[in-house]
Amino acid sequence: MVERTPFLNFFTHVILFVGFVLCIAPFAVVAIAASHNLKDVNDVPMSLLPGSDFWLNIKTAWTTADLGPKLLNSFIMAAGVAAGKVIISALTAFSIVYFRYPGRTFIFWLIFVTLMLPLEVRIVPTYAVVANVLSPYQAILDVTGLSWLIEKVSGVQVSLSLGLLNSYSGLILPLIATATGTFLYRQFFLTVPDELTEAARMDGAGALRFFVDILLPLSRNNMAALGTIMFLWAWNQYLWPLLITTDQSHATAVTELKQLIPNVGGIPEWNIAMAGTLIVMLPPLIVVVLMQRWFVRGLIATEK
Amino acid sequence: MASITIRDVKKSYAKMQVVHGVDLDIASGEFVVILGPSGCGKSTLLRMIAGLEDISGGEIAIDGTVVNKLEPRERGCAMVFQNYALYPHMSVAQNIGYSLKVAGVPAAERTQRIQAVARTLELEHLLDRKPMALSGGQRQRVAMGRAMIREPKVFLFDEPLSNLDAKLRVQMRSEIRKLHRRLNATSVFVTHDQVEAMTLADRLVVMNGGRVEQVGTPAEIYSRPASRFVATFVGAPAMNILEGTVELDGLSLLGGSRHLTMARAGLPVGTKVAMGIRPEAVRLVAPGTAGALNATVDLVEELGAGRVIYVDLDGASFSVMTSEAVHPEPGSAVGLKISPDDLHFFSSDTGTRLEVFKASVPEPAL
Repeated sequence: MVERTPFLNFFTHVILFVGFVLCIAPFAVVAIAASHNLKDVNDVPMSLLPGSDFWLNIKTAWTTADLGPKLLNSFIMAAGVAAGKVIISALTAFSIVYFRYPGRTFIFWLIFVTLMLPLEVRIVPTYAVVANVLSPYQAILDVTGLSWLIEKVSGVQVSLSLGLLNSYSGLILPLIATATGTFLYRQFFLTVPDELTEAARMDGAGALRFFVDILLPLSRNNMAALGTIMFLWAWNQYLWPLLITTDQSHATAVTELKQLIPNVGGIPEWNIAMAGTLIVMLPPLIVVVLMQRWFVRGLIATEK
Repeated sequence: MASITIRDVKKSYAKMQVVHGVDLDIASGEFVVILGPSGCGKSTLLRMIAGLEDISGGEIAIDGTVVNKLEPRERGCAMVFQNYALYPHMSVAQNIGYSLKVAGVPAAERTQRIQAVARTLELEHLLDRKPMALSGGQRQRVAMGRAMIREPKVFLFDEPLSNLDAKLRVQMRSEIRKLHRRLNATSVFVTHDQVEAMTLADRLVVMNGGRVEQVGTPAEIYSRPASRFVATFVGAPAMNILEGTVELDGLSLLGGSRHLTMARAGLPVGTKVAMGIRPEAVRLVAPGTAGALNATVDLVEELGAGRVIYVDLDGASFSVMTSEAVHPEPGSAVGLKISPDDLHFFSSDTGTRLEVFKASVPEPAL
């Protein structure tokens, strides 16, 4: 509906502007605080005019929290989760939409149900599994009495162990297996006309060929959208990396921010903490800006 | 080039049977059109030949090899789809060459064959475009090119012209016909458009309700329809049908208000029959002319080259097609002259053609 209503136009712009200010204000405060020196940042109220120590604070934050390697860790984790998620979602959705096999619907609902079980709910069992990936198999062997049998026969005590604590795989793998992506891809695959599938069959393309040559190129936008969302989501993970990285070498930038937050009774260096926050915020921002064009298309448009 | 043999082919979905035992022989190089209303099973039959649908019963053989269990790619068929089904992310050249790429044909040979096909279809200047940037007729040609490049044994067309506008449809029709004459490949073409069917077919297969009603040349189907369904489905406007009952000396029509004198030809008195006459076989004469039916004009449809005149015949609607420059006013009386050679008779029960009657029709005294 296109109407010429000057008053409504003005009113909607006021709402837009208020919303914009509400969103941008905290960022502005962070950026301004990051530019003050120790004294100014602790003034009450804090001056909203930028100070002159911005680059100095950034540098201090960078070295204090050792952000270089931490950002790299974060990047590896976020990129790994995004890529893994895109691949596994596309494959599972392909199987669910294009193949007829017994239990197909059951499997779909099984995947779907995991939407209701976020990482936080299953974090204890997930931790147990990551601490020793083979523990479920060990449990099966123990319960069935097989390990007892093996010990009796060969004298070897079976104790399977493969730990993923403090590793990139441990950081990435548990975050990949969720249903959102599968669901997004399923919905997209269902909109691909059947005739396209049939044309590919007539042209002699097998299932994998069709997937690689036709479906993947068609779902480029979806891939970008899902990849972007997952990158941001993984980058901002706090609880999981905190749990499984006991060793500094695999800590991520987001968890390391706490190094910069002043302790009770310590020097209140909020300017440094805010500078660190700015640095950690930057990479996701760059990703969003770069991917925005694809991202929006993938979420709203169905290209025909 | 290949022959296709279809033996007692059936298709059911769950409990619904949509194709009830079709038998059909298609000779090598023949252009066969399957014609029928929507839902008559014609597309299903085509898709079973292509291998896109499983065959529930019976057998389909291409060149003597039973293909029931073969994958589409192993059958040597190429198909042109109704919505063209071009790959939207590939250029015209890639679309046309995709099957060769899948088959592992070297790039140099591929390019050469794409060029040759594009030349035939006058697509050379469009090879780098994406399907989105093409007009309907161009997309149609790309779809044809994609089928042609494989040099298939059999071409299958699934209502490929129904998305085009009227003018383009006529043009593509003659192009398909020309192409067939040159390639001489066995072709099966499915459509619900009878003009398309009549103009394209070497042989026409009329289907209804999952069964074949009649197989024959377009002329045969038009002049000697095997059933009431074929008679009314082929030809526009549709054939007029008058219900009648066999009497001792002929036929009582329209609930007894008209009588047709003729030999009974062995049918028992009281048998219900349907008499058909094509609108274009009826001549308009002055009302009251000897041997003519009197009727009242309801409506005149002007077609330019001719006109269709709908008349009321004792409460039954009856259409007449004429190319003469007559413009009767609605409500005026006209006479209808009918030649006995143009009458068709069908059993009222089964709808099948009653040949015996026709041979023995004398001058009808209506």
